[in-house]
Amino acid sequence: MCGNAGPWLEHGLTQEEYDRIVKLMKREPNYEELSLFGVMWSEHCSYKNSRAQLKKFPTRGPQVLQGPGENAGVVAVGDGLGVAFKMESHNHPSAIEPYQGAATGVGGIIRDIFAMGARPIASLNSLRFGRLDDNRTRRLLSGVAAGIAGYGNCLGIPTVAGEVYFHPAYQGNPLVNAMCVGLVDEKKIFKGSATGVGNIVMVVGARTGRDGIKGASFASEELSDSDPDKRPNVQVGDPFMEKLLLEATLEILERNLVIGLQDLGAAGLTSSGSEMAGRAGNGLYIDISKVPLREEGLAPWEIMLSESQERMLLVVDPAKVEEIRKIFDKWDLVASAIGEVTGDGHFTVRRGDEVLASVPAGLLTDQAPVNIRPQREPAYFQEKKKADFSRLLNCGDWADLLKKLLASPNICSRRWIYEQYDHMVGLNTVLRPGGDAAVLRLPGSRRGLALSCDCNSRYVYLDPRRGGAIAVAEAARNVACTGARPLALTNCLNFGNPENPEIYWQFVQATDGLAEAALALDTPVTGGNVSFYNEYNGQPIPPTPTIGLVGLLEDVEKRVSSEFKAAGDLVYVLGQSREELGAGEAHWLLTGRDEGQVPEIDLKEARRLNDFLVEAAAGAYLRSAHDCAEGGLAVALAESCLIGGFGLEARWRTDISTAAALFGESQSRVIVSVAPGNRAVFENLLSSREICHVHLGLVTDFDFCLEINGESLNIPVAELAAPYNESLARMVKPPMNEDAAL
Amino acid sequence: MSRRVSAAVIVFPGSNCDRDCARGWEAATGQAADFVWHKDGAMPDYDVVIIPGGFSFGDYLRCGAIARFSPIMNEVLRLARRGSRIIGICNGFQILTEARLLPGALLRNRDLLFICRDIYLRVENARSDFTAGYRPGQVIRYPIAHGEGGFTVSPAGLKKLQDEDRVVLRYCDPEGRVAPDSAPNGSLDNIAGLINEEGNILGLMPHPERLSESILGGDDGRIMFQSIFEAAVGAGGLN
Repeated sequence: MCGNAGPWLEHGLTQEEYDRIVKLMKREPNYEELSLFGVMWSEHCSYKNSRAQLKKFPTRGPQVLQGPGENAGVVAVGDGLGVAFKMESHNHPSAIEPYQGAATGVGGIIRDIFAMGARPIASLNSLRFGRLDDNRTRRLLSGVAAGIAGYGNCLGIPTVAGEVYFHPAYQGNPLVNAMCVGLVDEKKIFKGSATGVGNIVMVVGARTGRDGIKGASFASEELSDSDPDKRPNVQVGDPFMEKLLLEATLEILERNLVIGLQDLGAAGLTSSGSEMAGRAGNGLYIDISKVPLREEGLAPWEIMLSESQERMLLVVDPAKVEEIRKIFDKWDLVASAIGEVTGDGHFTVRRGDEVLASVPAGLLTDQAPVNIRPQREPAYFQEKKKADFSRLLNCGDWADLLKKLLASPNICSRRWIYEQYDHMVGLNTVLRPGGDAAVLRLPGSRRGLALSCDCNSRYVYLDPRRGGAIAVAEAARNVACTGARPLALTNCLNFGNPENPEIYWQFVQATDGLAEAALALDTPVTGGNVSFYNEYNGQPIPPTPTIGLVGLLEDVEKRVSSEFKAAGDLVYVLGQSREELGAGEAHWLLTGRDEGQVPEIDLKEARRLNDFLVEAAAGAYLRSAHDCAEGGLAVALAESCLIGGFGLEARWRTDISTAAALFGESQSRVIVSVAPGNRAVFENLLSSREICHVHLGLVTDFDFCLEINGESLNIPVAELAAPYNESLARMVKPPMNEDAAL
Repeated sequence: MSRRVSAAVIVFPGSNCDRDCARGWEAATGQAADFVWHKDGAMPDYDVVIIPGGFSFGDYLRCGAIARFSPIMNEVLRLARRGSRIIGICNGFQILTEARLLPGALLRNRDLLFICRDIYLRVENARSDFTAGYRPGQVIRYPIAHGEGGFTVSPAGLKKLQDEDRVVLRYCDPEGRVAPDSAPNGSLDNIAGLINEEGNILGLMPHPERLSESILGGDDGRIMFQSIFEAAVGAGGLN
């Protein structure tokens, strides 16, 4: 190690990568140049280990206005409007500093959206933590929720939906994935391109400081016990600054003063500058002596790699610089000309007239090695298919198990979290959090937007291919439950270390499943994010490819929510219920084991069910629709009762076991309620569309009464409501004097 | 009598309910409101001024503490003296207390968490320019969305507010009972909204604009805007 360590090591590069750089540049890079390669060829910026697999995703369709490659994807939603949306991870920063890590994760994805020229209208998030009976988990959850709230609430962007799960495998490496959705005029979609030689490069917003330096490299390493030392790698967010930046940026875009723009995210000026140049096939120089700084004495590479938040890079016509300055001045923000677009194809860093680094932009952005890693099927994959479900099959007290499931961390109401988020600001939220998907009305239109985030990582762990497909199918079904047609998806692929062949196998399998489902359900992938190296002291997280999905409602007045609406309505379960106890939440609750066969997913059947839900909602036949997910039919029925404040009288004779009927997690199933007057037309539609279904019973004003094969559960709704509604708050902050009760 | 009421929504850096307030006002009254930038040193004699919610100046230092020094606040004061109706919602309420146009202060919520949800309010004074469209004692539903909404005031100040019937809205349960635990933020005497001595300035933490159209889940808030509108055209209200 000592003495003969190569210069590449300090920059996180391998010797092969260094040799490749020398070959491509036809000379040895200097220190500054090598630091540019260090971040641009990091996994986080270059996707060198994932690129080859991401090519499998379907990315086209008549609805897609902008596919992957820009700051965010855009889909058409009619009336000349586009919806820009994207999801990104901020896992490692949140593990170290939960409040700022989560806050800046939200801030970064919001900038990606308004960089497209879109006004952000909603945020979502997907979170994973370790065991909730652990103090560190409680601190992380409280900090992450407060960070998301602190940032999004201040900006006035409603946080309308999300998901959170707890599992010991996330103990040291929690996941924080943030998604943002914005609205843009189809004709005014902006791109991150540095076109037009001679145009001026400006940096606007916050000043540049030392925070978050090398965050991109940090995101490309595993976590370990020594990580508190990495706190300086975590950026600090200033949501007020971002609000000003958002308004000022939208104002200059509105006035057509900008040619191209991009968020300054991971790797700061280096990645934004080289990416903008690379996309246009141009060159670009940045004079670091013109970059407004927060403090004196930053080294050139610090200025180029700083991840100070709330900054954007603009490319503008020289004649417009003054007008842009004036607008930013109105918002008390700095806007500085720091460089120029050039015709030489080089990304150049200067200090005054002195050239510090000059590299062909394309080498930084497109020439990182594309690695196809070796892969190996892990031994657990076959072993864990076998499972002993005797505890569940012989549980006996079904009512007690249902209550325990409803109170358990993975199923109980998330109200304690989403009430910390302002989910109404903007006056567009017409289906609030707590159901399958949020719905927003689209201003100036009859249409509405349905949004959902999903991933059951236990399924993905046990069968990555099937689990990846199920994640897409569930997100699409959640959106379809509101009556919306699933349009397109973004993703955030959270995995362990791809250099481990078993992790890479998980990644290849899961992306295969994701691609198959996206194709079958006609929901192209318009962008996303890969987060590798999610490991703590060598223990990888379960593979977690989170899906963020956008759907379109033709008539927002016909949106359908998940809770029962009126006593006397008929209750059905749509879809096929099978003897499937594997990978279930109930088995996990009873045994603490992740095992068994993941439920089957028939993508044709999933598509047919989605189409049916959209058609039935448009006909106004559905009073409610609720996806059957973790905890199966019993939990889904209970949730529809609890949220609506109703009871149930249902009876079902079936060939499958009572345990599977109640708690099995067979896919592509939805609980619906239908007004009695619509029975005939609804059932005709079911049979003409060949939707497998069972009429279970009625919504009532009384207890939760469910009889399966002669075994019955009779529970007062209040006895289900209390554990469901209150347990998360109690688990996050156990009152001192209730220790015994817990 | 003219049915035209001129209304302005003040925009501070960090305001984020400015558009919502204008949209709620228009939904309730059919008339558009103007936006006025906080740096403006002068504004026309608007009949109604709305100070919207949000995080003016990031809520740095203290909610509303910086906004009260914005140039436009002199104009708000001028219009208040002139008799225009001024309504401060959420952060707007905080700004009005900081500017001493209303008494008291808003503290962090009892549980120290930001809370966004629908809550119930009892209309304690249905004779104000802001509440005349409600029945006395009516239980209405508005959303709240704040981290610092626990109203407090000196004992003498509280007595004055009570004696002068200036507490117009109190937090209550769905049945209209006012008990300490029905104030989600720990507000003193369950106070959710109050008016100044002259009765032309209202500050409240809950957001009427957020339930001003039935598609949003209810329209109790619409009546507040309509009450202000009627007071302004002189067709309603008792002042």
